[in-house]
Amino acid sequence: MASAEPRRLTRPGQPARVLLIGTALVFLGLFLLLPLLAVFTQALAKGVSAYLTAIADPMAWAAIKLTLIVAAIAVPLNLVFGVAAAWAIAKFEFRGKNTLITLIDLPFAVSPVIAGLVFILLFGSHGWFGGILREHHIKVVFAVPGIVLATIFVTFPFIARELIPVMQSQGREDEETALSLGATGWQTFWRVTLPNIKWGLLYGVLLCNARAMGEFGAVSVVSGHIRGLTNTMPLHVEILYNEYNYTAAFAVASLLALLALLTLAGKSLLEWRQPELRRAVGPARDRTARRKE
Amino acid sequence: MRARRVVPGFGLTLGYTMVYLSLIVLIPLSAVFIRSLGLGSTHFWEVVSAPRVLASLRLSFGASLIAALTNVMFGLIVAWVLVRYTFPFKRLVDAMVDLPFALPTAVAGIALTALYAPNGWLGRGLAPLGINVAFTPLGIVVALTFIGLPFVVRTLQPVLEDLDKEVEQAAATLGASAVQAFVRVILPALWPALLTGFGLAFARAVGEYGSVIFIAGNMPMRSEIAPLLIVTKLEQYDYSGATAIAVVMLVLSFGLMLAINALQNWALSRHGVR
Repeated sequence: MASAEPRRLTRPGQPARVLLIGTALVFLGLFLLLPLLAVFTQALAKGVSAYLTAIADPMAWAAIKLTLIVAAIAVPLNLVFGVAAAWAIAKFEFRGKNTLITLIDLPFAVSPVIAGLVFILLFGSHGWFGGILREHHIKVVFAVPGIVLATIFVTFPFIARELIPVMQSQGREDEETALSLGATGWQTFWRVTLPNIKWGLLYGVLLCNARAMGEFGAVSVVSGHIRGLTNTMPLHVEILYNEYNYTAAFAVASLLALLALLTLAGKSLLEWRQPELRRAVGPARDRTARRKE
Repeated sequence: MRARRVVPGFGLTLGYTMVYLSLIVLIPLSAVFIRSLGLGSTHFWEVVSAPRVLASLRLSFGASLIAALTNVMFGLIVAWVLVRYTFPFKRLVDAMVDLPFALPTAVAGIALTALYAPNGWLGRGLAPLGINVAFTPLGIVVALTFIGLPFVVRTLQPVLEDLDKEVEQAAATLGASAVQAFVRVILPALWPALLTGFGLAFARAVGEYGSVIFIAGNMPMRSEIAPLLIVTKLEQYDYSGATAIAVVMLVLSFGLMLAINALQNWALSRHGVR
C-alpha cells in the first residue's frame, strides 16, 4: 500500500517521477479505460430505448438465465472442493503436497478451447462415453451439462488457490483449542475455521463467479450455440456481434461489464477488510513461501 | 508436542480433493493424450507439421511472447508507480488493474475491435499513419497485452513493497546514480517476480481465445491463432486434427511453465530473495 511520501535521497527527480506516472496512466488509459468506455458508449449509441429493447429481448433473457444457472452450479461445487483441498493442504503435512498444488493450478495452464475439447472427446458422439450416453438418451455435449462441466474445469482452481494461503497463515492452533475443549470436528469447522476464513472464501467465490459467468472459449466449444437453449451471455454477445447487431451485442456486453465492475468493487472492499488478500495472485506455491510463520 | 493428528478430516478432505481433481481435471486431460496416441505417429506428425498448423502455432507463441514482454515493461512501470508514488485516484487506478481478470474475454474482444477498427476511436487516428491494428497480427498482440497485464503488475507489487529502501539509500550514499541503483540493486531483486509475471502472462496469452478472435481477422496462415484452428477442426468434425494440435499446445505450455518454474527457483537460490 501507499507508504508515506518516499524520502528523497534516492528518488529520481521530479521529471522522472512525472514521466513514469504519465507513462503508466496513459498505458492503463489506453488498455483498460478506453475499452470499458467503448462498451458503454457503443451500447448506448442508438439511445436508451434501443438499449432497453436489446436487453429485454427474450433470447437475451434466456442467455442471462442460463448464465446464472451455470454459475449457480459451478461455483458451489468448486467452493466445496476449495474448502476440502485447503483443509487437507493447510492443516496437514503429507508427501506430494507441492505436486498436488501444481495439479490444482493445472487448468490455468490449459487453453479454454482445450478445456472444451476435452469434454467433447469424453462425451461427444464419438467420445469414450458417447455410446452409453446415446443409449440412455442423455446429452452432455452441445447441451447444458457440457457447459456446466467446461465451466467447472475452467474455474476449478480459483477458490482453492485463495483459501490455501489464507488457511496456511492461520495454522491449526484455533482448531486444536476448540477440539481440546470438546468440540466435534464439524463444530470446529463451522464455528472456528469458517469465521476465520470467511473473507478469503468470499474473495475466491467472487473471482470464481466472475470467470464462470464470463467464460467464453471453453463454453463456446461445447455449447452448440443453440439460441435460447445453450447460449450463455458471452456466447449471445458473439452471435449478435457476428450478425452486425452491434447495439444489441454491446448492450448485453455492458451487463457483463457491469458485473466485472461490481466484482472489482467487491474485491477492493474485501482487500480493504483483509489486506493479506492482495497478495493472492500468482501460483499458490509462491505464496506459501511468503506466508507469515 | 501434541499428538500428531488432533485435527480431524485428513482422509475425508484429501480423499475428496483427489477424487474431484481426478474427475474434473486429470481424467479429462489424459483423454486428450490417450486419444492422440491412437492417431499413430505418422498421422500425428502429418497433422502437426501442416503449414497452416505451424503458422498458427508460430503466431500464437510469437504474439504471446511480444505481449508478455510488453506487459513486463509497462507492468513494471505501473507496479513501480503504484507502490512508490502517490497521485490522485491512485486507489481507483490500482483496482482497475484487475479489470482484465474480471471482464469477460468476449466483451474485451468486441470492445478492443470497436476501438481499433478503421472507423474506431483509435483506429481512425492510426489508419492515416498506415498502422492497421484490427484484423491484423498486431491486433492479436493488443488483445493479448490486455489479457496479461494484471499478472505482471500483481506479481511485482508485493515484491516492490517488501523491497528494503535502505539498500537503495546505501547505494545512493555510496555514489550510485538513480539508474545505477535501479539496475544494480532493485532489478536483481525483482528478477524472480518479473519471470513469474512473464510466465503467467505468457501462458494465459498462448491459450487465449475469446478476446482474440474478434480483433484478429482470422485469416489462415496470417492471423489465425492455434486455439481457433482447434475450434475450426472441431467444427469440421476433424477430432484427430484438433486433438493433435491440442497435444502440441499442452506439451509446449507445460514445458514452458516447468522451465520458468525452474528458472525462478534458480534465481531465488542465487539471489537469496525469500
